[in-house]
Parts: sequence; C-alpha cells; structure tokens
Amino acid sequence: MTVLNLLILVCLLYVVLLFTVAFAADRAAMMGRGSWLRSSVVYTLSLSIYCTAWTFYGAVGFAARSGLEFVTIYLGPTLVMVGWWWTLRRLVRVGRSQRITSIADLISSRYGKSNLLAVLVTVLAVVATTPYIALQLQSVTLSFAAFAGTDPEAGTLPDMQSTALWVAGGLALFTILFGTRNLDANERHHGVVMAIALEAVVKLFALLAVGVFVVWGLSGGIGPTLDRIETSAIARFEVSGSRWVGLTMLSAMAFLTLPRMFQVLVVENEADEHLRTAAWAFPAYLMLMSLFVVPIAVVGLDMMPAGANPDLFVLTLPLMEGRDGLAILSFLGGFSSATSMVIVAAIALSTMVSNHVVMPLWLHYSGMAAVVSGDVRTVALMARRLSIGGVLFLGYVYFRMSGGGTALAAIGLIAFVGVAQFLPALMGGLFWRGATRTGALAGLVLGAAVWLYCLFLPSFGPSAILPQTVFDHGLWGQGWLRPRALFGAEGMDPVIHALMWSLLLNVSAFILGSLLSFPQPLERLQGAQFVNSFDHPSAPGGWSGGMAQSEDLLIMAQRIMGAREAQALFAAAAGRQGVVGYLPEPSPDFLQELERALAGSVGAATAHAMIGQIVGGAAVSVEDLMAVADETAQIMEYSSQLEAKSQELARTARQLRQANETLTQISVQKDGFLSQISHELRTPMTSIRAFSEILRDTEDLSPDEQSKYATIIHDETVRLTRLLDDLLDLSVLENGQVELNIQTGTLEALLDRSVRAAGGDGDGFRIRRVRANEQVDLTTDLDRLAQVFINLISNARKYCDARPAILNIRVTVSDGQLVVDFVDNGSGIPTDKHAVIFEKFSRIGQTRASGAGLGLAICREIMERLGGEVSYLPGQKGAAFRVTLPLMTDRVAAQEAV
Amino acid sequence: MSPERTPLFLARRSYRRRRVADAARILPLIGGVLFCLPLLWKGSPASDSTVQSLVYIFGLWVILILTSAIISRHLRLDENDRDDTRNEHQGPGGA
Repeated sequence: MTVLNLLILVCLLYVVLLFTVAFAADRAAMMGRGSWLRSSVVYTLSLSIYCTAWTFYGAVGFAARSGLEFVTIYLGPTLVMVGWWWTLRRLVRVGRSQRITSIADLISSRYGKSNLLAVLVTVLAVVATTPYIALQLQSVTLSFAAFAGTDPEAGTLPDMQSTALWVAGGLALFTILFGTRNLDANERHHGVVMAIALEAVVKLFALLAVGVFVVWGLSGGIGPTLDRIETSAIARFEVSGSRWVGLTMLSAMAFLTLPRMFQVLVVENEADEHLRTAAWAFPAYLMLMSLFVVPIAVVGLDMMPAGANPDLFVLTLPLMEGRDGLAILSFLGGFSSATSMVIVAAIALSTMVSNHVVMPLWLHYSGMAAVVSGDVRTVALMARRLSIGGVLFLGYVYFRMSGGGTALAAIGLIAFVGVAQFLPALMGGLFWRGATRTGALAGLVLGAAVWLYCLFLPSFGPSAILPQTVFDHGLWGQGWLRPRALFGAEGMDPVIHALMWSLLLNVSAFILGSLLSFPQPLERLQGAQFVNSFDHPSAPGGWSGGMAQSEDLLIMAQRIMGAREAQALFAAAAGRQGVVGYLPEPSPDFLQELERALAGSVGAATAHAMIGQIVGGAAVSVEDLMAVADETAQIMEYSSQLEAKSQELARTARQLRQANETLTQISVQKDGFLSQISHELRTPMTSIRAFSEILRDTEDLSPDEQSKYATIIHDETVRLTRLLDDLLDLSVLENGQVELNIQTGTLEALLDRSVRAAGGDGDGFRIRRVRANEQVDLTTDLDRLAQVFINLISNARKYCDARPAILNIRVTVSDGQLVVDFVDNGSGIPTDKHAVIFEKFSRIGQTRASGAGLGLAICREIMERLGGEVSYLPGQKGAAFRVTLPLMTDRVAAQEAV
Repeated sequence: MSPERTPLFLARRSYRRRRVADAARILPLIGGVLFCLPLLWKGSPASDSTVQSLVYIFGLWVILILTSAIISRHLRLDENDRDDTRNEHQGPGGA
C-alpha cells in the first residue's frame, strides 16, 4: 500500500472516530450521564479552536520569515485569559443572564435589541470569516498535495479542487448533524465540543511530537538546537516595535471578537468555574503550541532545499526523513486544526445568519405568523442548516476563485482586523452606560469601511478590485486617501496601518455618536443591566402585561421551543403564581422570563419582536424607567410604586373575580344537577310505578305482555342503579375509602381494552395511535386507569363535532412520568369553561348526549388516588386532555409492600 | 443609583481577597509591559539574539501561567464566600 493510500485510510478512520465520539457524547448528555462533558478541561480544550491550521502550519512559516514575531499571535490571548477577572468574567456573566446566542446578538441586545446592528455585525462577520474558512480548506489540500508529491507510486496528483470539495462537504454534514441538534443556542453542543476537545489534544500532541523529533532526533538535543538558531537566518531579534505591540493587541482583540471564539468562550460556557481553570490552562496550551515553532523553522530552513514552502515544514521535515508515521500524525494535527475551526465558525455564523437575517425576514413576510400558522421551530432549524451549508459553500467558492494562491496566506491577520471592529461597541457596551446605538452604528460602519478600503480589498492585489490608480493616487485622485497611506501615513506596515486608522476612527465615531445622541428607553434599560451586571443580578421587568393572552403566548412558545419545553415553562410559571394548569397570568416577570427563554432559540431581537406582536408594543413600564433615570424626584418614584400596586390589585381582583365566577357557575350547575337528578330519578320511577300497577291490577294479561312490562321495569331499574353507582363511586373516591387493586400490564393492552369498551372506532370516529410508544409496563390499578381512558375516549366520541372526528392518543415518557394525551379535532372547550369541567355535575352547554356530568369528576378523583393527574391541555387544535402518571409512585410501592 | 453600602474598612480576610482581585486585574498589564521588554534590547549587540529573547519570553510565559493559576485559585474562595453572603440576604438570584 502506498503512503498516499495509507493516508487516505487513516484520514477516513479519523473522521469515523470523530463522528463516533460526537455521537457518543451527545448520547451520554441525553441520558444525563455526561457531567464530565461539562468539565473545565473540556472547556479549555474547546478554546483551542483559536489555533487553526493557519497556526499549525503557518506559525512555522511565520517564524521562518520574521523570527520571533509569530509569538505575538499567542501573547495577546494569553494576556486576555490571564486578565479574565476584568473582561471575560463580565462577558460570560452577561452572556448567561441575557441568554446570548452570538456576538451579533450581544451587541444588538445591548443597544436596545436593534436588529440593524445585528445584521451589520453578521454581514461583517461573514465577510471576514469566509476567506478564513477558505484558508483552512487550502491548508488541508496543500498538505495532501505535499504527501502526494513525495509519493513516487502515486500516478497522478489528486485534484486540489475535488479534495477541497470533499472536505467542505464532509464538514457541512458533520456540522449539520451535531451542530443543529437543539434550537436553543445556549445549550451546549456536547457532541461538537467533545469532538473539538479531542482534536485539540491531537493537534497539540502532533506538534509536540514533530518538535521533539526535530530537537532530539535531527538536531541532537537542546544545546545544539540553540546553537543552530544562533547561526540561522533568524538569529537576530529584528522585530519592529509597532508590529510587536500592534499584533499583540490585535490578537487580544480578535480573541474576544472572532465569532467562533465568542461561541466557545461565552455561548458554550456554563460556569465561572471554567474560566478559573482556563485562566492558566489555556495560556499553558498556547505556550506548548508555540514551544517548538522556532526550532522547527530553523531546522527546516537549514535542511530543506531553498524555495521549499516554509508553511509546510511541520509536514515536509518528517516526510523528507522518511518518518511516514510521524508525517501522518502531523497531517492529522493540521487536519484537526482546520476542521475544528470550520465547524465552530460555521455554527457561530449560521446562528447569526438565521437569527438576525432569515428569521426577521420570515417573520416580516409571514405577518402575524408567529401566532397564526407555520412551525417557527422547523423554519429556524432549517434556516440554520441552510446557513451552515451556505457558509461552507461560500468558503469553497472563495477558495476556488482565489485559486489557492499566496493571497490567502495573509488573510489570517486581515480577518483579525475585520472582527476587531466589534470591540469598541462590545467593550463600550459592557463598561460605559452612555454608549448608544447611534454611536455603535457609526463606529461599526466607519471602522468596517476603513478596513475594507485599506486592507481587505487591497489584499486581492493591485488592479484586482481596486484599480492601480487608486493605490498610487488615492480615491478620486485625492493623495491623502491612498489605501496604503491614509492621511499621509506612509511607510507603515499595511496591517498596522489599517488597524490603527480603522480602530481610531471607529472609537472616535463611537464616542462622538454616543455623546451626541439620546438613547431609547429600552436601550437605557439594557445598558444599565449590562454595565451593572454584578450589582443588579436580577433584571427589572420589561413588559407591561395584562393585555396579552396567555394561550396565544403558549401557542407561539410551543412552535419555537417545542411543545414539551414550552408546556413545562408555562406550568412552572403558573405554579409559582399559584394558578392551576398551564396558563399563568401574563405578569411582567413572566413575560420577561419567556422572552429570555425564546431569545435562547431565536436571538434577543426576534424574541422581543415576537412577544411584541402578541403583547402589543408597550415594552418599558414606568417602573423600569424609574430605575434607569437615576436622580429623579422621590415623588415620582412613589407614584410609580402606587401604579405598580394598583396593577397588582387589579390582577388580584381579576383572580378573585375568576374564582367567584367559578363558584357561581358551580352553584348554578349544582342547582341544575339537583333538578336533573330528580328528573332522572323520577322518570324511571314513574314508569316503574305505572307498569307495576298494570301488572298488579290488570287481570287478563297475556304472557307476552307480562314479560314486556317486566322487561321495561327491569331496564329502568338498571338505569337507576347505574346512576346511583356513579354517585356512590364518586363519594367513595372522594372520601378516600377506595381500595386499589394493583396489577401489572402494558399500556398498549390497556388502551386496546379501553378503546374496545368505549365502542371502538368506526362510524365517522377514528382513533390514531402510535403503538411503538405504547410499550410501557405499568404497575397500578389497571381497571381504574382503564375507567379513566374509557371515559376520555367516549367523551371524544360523544362531543367531538368535527366530521370525521379524529382522536389522537399520544404517549410520551419523560422523567419517570407517563404522559398520555387525548387530543381530538373538534372545536374544543372554551377557555372560560376550563376551570369547571372537572367539577361534579358540570355539563358544557346543552349537550346532545345524555350524562349526569360525573365522568370527568370521577376521572379526576381516580387519577388523584393513583398518584397522577388528569388535566385540560390548552393550546391544541381541539379538546385535549392530558393524563400523567408516575411510573412507580411511592403510594403504589407502599401498597405493593403491604 | 447604587452607592456603596459596604463599610469603609474591611476585616483582614475580606481585605486580603480584595487585594487578590486587584492582583488579578494588574497581572495582564504587568505581563504586557514585560513582554515588550525585548524591544528595548535592540541595538545592544550583546543581547539582541533570538535565542536570548526566546528564553526570556518563554520563561516569562511560564511565570505568568503559574501566577495566574495561584491567583485564580484564591479568587475561587473569594467568589464562593461572596455568593454565600449574597444568597443569605437576597435568596437565590433570578436566573
């Protein structure tokens, strides 16, 4: 087997390993066994995506060209991590409390949830990152070609383009599979993070192995290596001061603002504890990564033929020495660096594109769709998947267009300067309450424009995009507008030149814009929360609720977060407010909580807009403004408190009114029932009396007539008995005298039995079940449970007014709870009746079917005895009842033990 | 709107913790200045070799990592204690 074939095999095996690791980690996290996935070590290793292929191969090339200067790229992040107490701690704290999904989301969130800012940041991030992704593709293809070049048996060189296409396609598949598992961007992508941590170890190990081989294998130890450096081309420390300081600062800034770094640093962070470890562990990782760079560069310069690409020394040195195993390891290291960067960058960018560009457009064009139709969750996930594909495709197109030439090699620093434009808005937003949206917009636009003009566009070379005349004489012939010598600053290094001017103008515009403009109320509120994130851990409310319909909110939340999570959130909130069921009062606190939860899925700006659609505008209450406007008079504070109190009173009054209405309705129903029951008792009694009198007093009855009358009497008695049985059943259940008859059986059999007993399906009534979900073993009073099921099924049969009537029976098991939903497609039960349907004697409307209104009351009592619950589930299309039952309750266990 | 309600002088333990936090803030500044030191060696022929700068920078790097590890360990205690006292007064936070 040739080396090239071996390489392809090893590469494929490695990819399979990555998929397996990601899959296993996702599974472990899902089963709740993955506490080690959340450890500080994994967090630190995930930060290593800072070291891309540009670092892995390029650092040696950098060192071979300009000596020790390469180390600045690592010194910047080291200083940032060491100084975590200042910036990172605050950033991570704000990111967690505001449920930030990306850097665009953070900036937009801080400046009044402005989507314009988010779009701007997103576009700039995509522009800066696309070439960077192309660079990774290039490095993989170049290293592949290096192998092919040394392999005499390889017939033809593999096509560079097709290698890049395969790599891009594989990465897109991996990222879509493991990066869009859950919609909530705040949940960690365990599979992805685990795979990246593994890749971090591989690339560090590979670089160290090559370093050890070079120092001890080729040079004969540390002393000879140092001697070799002394006599090499880079023996003198000839670093320009401006580049040394400038690049250190630049890498520090980029470390905070690169979308992929922001993703792993802030979005995937789960605890401050992780930062404490990373504060020293990540600098140590960087130090080890750069430890052998200079020796490798020097030995490479010494031993490789002149004209060899120094960017590939890490690979070509072992190859030249015939160490194929080491070369393959080194290739895997470079491959790991490239793939991990691309995966995280694609996730970060796709989150930004889908949350800030696609979703707002979709919401805009579908009008009130958040409430009326369409599944937002599917749209958001699909948008994210398409964005991942789109970002990788862009990277591939850029790679093809640039032809994989040397223009790409410089793109790392160019991208750094591009994303550094976010820094003033980011840091200003975290530390200065006076920073406004206008200032942030002005700074970003100006900084990005200068970056494009002075660095990004010229990087394509003269006459590629900017004509040669612009380089020589400036825009419109204005000499002071030359892209390499703005305002006459000639002879500077282009990167430092662009960095200086773009940031200088960016910061100036940011400060000036902020000083001259006046912020919106929401901006001031957010500003106060961001800057005082440590002083005021709990945020003031943002919505003045009351008008909102909880049910509409629930429907919307279900479509975004998924039914289970949304129902859990609403039920928990309702529980805290002391309301029974799934619909809490739309209080400002609850709306705030809901907005945060939605922001985790679709970004702050979109979540704000969606709640605004339902609640209707009024976003900042007087109370909140009072907290922002510092020294305003006490009396206004007092009046706002009064207002808050009166709102509270109004809410309480509404709750009381509701309770009173329920009581009145029950009382009316009770009266109704009494007359009903006298009627129900009286009718059979009358006929029993009449027919028994006939039997007694009439002499010449034929045997036929006798038996007919006796049958009537018997039937009426049976009816009476049934009614009395129901009443007795209910009173026994209510008094708790019931004895449970514990049996074991499967849910499927129980449902089969219930459906049969309720009349089966047919006659325009259909039942849909998913039998695969019903394989649940139950240990409870099966007869009683069947009674509940029969009641719910026959209710649907009796009352569902759709033609054809369809009853969906859905079974789920979560957290040791069996949940069975009975959802029909009729018109459902009006909201004002939800509270009374489980009361005794309650009958909704003048129903066609007969019944004393005891069925649901009996069901409720039974479920209570079994340790479970039956409740009405609002927000579905028709009437929906939910039966929940713990799979092994204490009560049942205790009874079994007896 | 949030005037410092904390007392003017602190007990020895809390005083020590505050100073550790100060050290954490000052560390990156010191590191940044020290990393720039090799720039000043230019021109003196005896000491501008790459090897010397290499040894200096990596030595400084290791020292910085160790210092950061020590400071971060002490900050951990600090944060936990402060969280406890805050929880006592206000109950768990809203998050």
